[in-house]
Amino acid sequence: MSSARAGTTPWLLAAPGALLFAALVIVPLALTLILSFHVYDAASGVKDETTLAHYAAILSDSYFLNIFWRTLRLAAMTTVICALIGAPEAYILSRMREPWRSVFLLAIIGPLLVSVVVRAFGWSMLLGPTGLVNEAFRALGLGTVKILYTETAIVVALVHVMLPFMVIPVWTSLQKLDPMVEAAAWTLGASRFTALRRVVLPQVTMGLLSGSLVVFGLSASAFAIPALLGGRRLKMAATLVYDEYMHELNWPLGAAIAILVLVINLIIMLAYQRVVEARFKRTLG
Amino acid sequence: MGFLTLAGLTRLYGDVAAVSDVSLSVAKGEFISLLGPSGCGKTTTLQMIAGLVEPTSGRITLDGRDITHEKPDRRGLGIVFQSYALFPHMTVAQNVAFGLEMRKVARPEREARVKQALALVQLAALADRYPRQLSGGQRQRVAVARALVIDPPVLLLDEPLSNLDAKLREEMQFELRGIQQRVGTTTIMVTHDQSEALSMSDRVVVMEQGRIMQVDAPYRLYENPATPFISSFVGKMNRLSGVWRAAGVEIGGRVLPCEGAGLADGAAAVLAIRPEKIGLKAHGAGVLDGRVKGRFFLGSVWYFTVETSAGLVGVSLPNAGEEPAREGDQVGLDWSSSSARASKPDGAQSS
Repeated sequence: MSSARAGTTPWLLAAPGALLFAALVIVPLALTLILSFHVYDAASGVKDETTLAHYAAILSDSYFLNIFWRTLRLAAMTTVICALIGAPEAYILSRMREPWRSVFLLAIIGPLLVSVVVRAFGWSMLLGPTGLVNEAFRALGLGTVKILYTETAIVVALVHVMLPFMVIPVWTSLQKLDPMVEAAAWTLGASRFTALRRVVLPQVTMGLLSGSLVVFGLSASAFAIPALLGGRRLKMAATLVYDEYMHELNWPLGAAIAILVLVINLIIMLAYQRVVEARFKRTLG
Repeated sequence: MGFLTLAGLTRLYGDVAAVSDVSLSVAKGEFISLLGPSGCGKTTTLQMIAGLVEPTSGRITLDGRDITHEKPDRRGLGIVFQSYALFPHMTVAQNVAFGLEMRKVARPEREARVKQALALVQLAALADRYPRQLSGGQRQRVAVARALVIDPPVLLLDEPLSNLDAKLREEMQFELRGIQQRVGTTTIMVTHDQSEALSMSDRVVVMEQGRIMQVDAPYRLYENPATPFISSFVGKMNRLSGVWRAAGVEIGGRVLPCEGAGLADGAAAVLAIRPEKIGLKAHGAGVLDGRVKGRFFLGSVWYFTVETSAGLVGVSLPNAGEEPAREGDQVGLDWSSSSARASKPDGAQSS
């Protein structure tokens, strides 16, 4: 009897989570996948026949391909900038003393408590033609620069939103570091910079890479920021899907785009993780 | 003038002096231990020598050169950290080569010197392993090789053996001392373990509350501890309170023989004697009688606690292949007056 119970107990324990996951992720995803193969008629809506036409249309239309390319490019740029800002920020944070460390950690995580939409509107006020940034440019005699509704605006706002997701994993891996290891490098003749580059950085690479994965994934699927700061013309994948559903009412095409974006994202992230793990399993276990 | 000298070295944290007015002169090739309980300032002293902590005041000179404010990467000292602080993402050979790389030593010479250093600590076969694949003792030896390969003028060891188990610690004590004698590097070791300090050092520096209490060769330190604190911190010490009479300390109507120059007759006095200086005799045949309360067999020695009219006395006897006494036995304790010492109760040395 006890062996039978031992057999079913893990399943029972896992059931609530599995059910939730199935109901909220698997089922909608499957429905979307099915929908993407249905024929759409502008006059009568979704029909019962199936087709691959939507996929063919997306993959052969440079309009869609351009948007995919822009999505990946902006997500990659956001990731790189987040890494360049976030890693030093996390290092400085880890060297701070209390209470300053807590104060600054709160300042970094705090923005997560504010809605992305509110923050996006904040940036649009700052970056608009009469916003604070352009006022400053004019005061310096640089004239007005168009920032709002450009890729720059999207990247700036994305970096702002995503930075905590980079700082926190890097900070966590810095916490695990023996501070004496850096001191050991100094005593062996390494300058502060060399010690950082040769000793500290390689040990936080794991944090940096997992942070990159999160930032890239979230940026590539971001909706509010491209919608509010990219304007009607500069679309990214998520806003494109939204348009197909809500403006064109072509749900099957929107579903096909969503599935394609998901697949591309998955391929990139899995490949990335595989490369990373192969490299670091050997040395850091 | 010594090879490495500390002059009036002081470090304050807020109002608290972690180290105050430490002066020490170390000769070339000497092995010095800084011994004391945790929080006595020994590690801070070591870190000031290493350049990892800035002294509040005082001077450090190395071979006539003032290095008080020099950056750690310019001092060129070899340091073995308590946690070993190996670079986890580098192999053993890469760890050892790091200091040479920083000194821009050419590759062929670098490889030869790494090989030599690993041979010195008997790790030549493990050059391509990563630190996490090594045992504690092996990591420790990598740390020693990494510190020695750069030919440092001074080697600093911060509690180098505290992370090892008892058996290994004993082996590494002799091995470290052997390596140091072969290489001849001036060495300063921080430790809280008195047996480590006694067995390895040329001289021991005892520290308490940020100050140096005594600097002496291990044997002299053990035989002539300057303060009651040192006498009980270094080895064990029986302390029996009584009154000074011409030839000893009177306790409970009995005068126990000991030396005690400079004490006035009738003055309060404390008799101090080490457990191994006391012999066991038949009841009534010694200078003090008592009853065996506890008996501990430690392999090479027996340790007894004996209840006497003067208090509980610890006695340590070498194991000569028979049982000297059992619990409850009535015994006599005996010692010669030259092996016990009397002092004033406040701890000031009488002589």
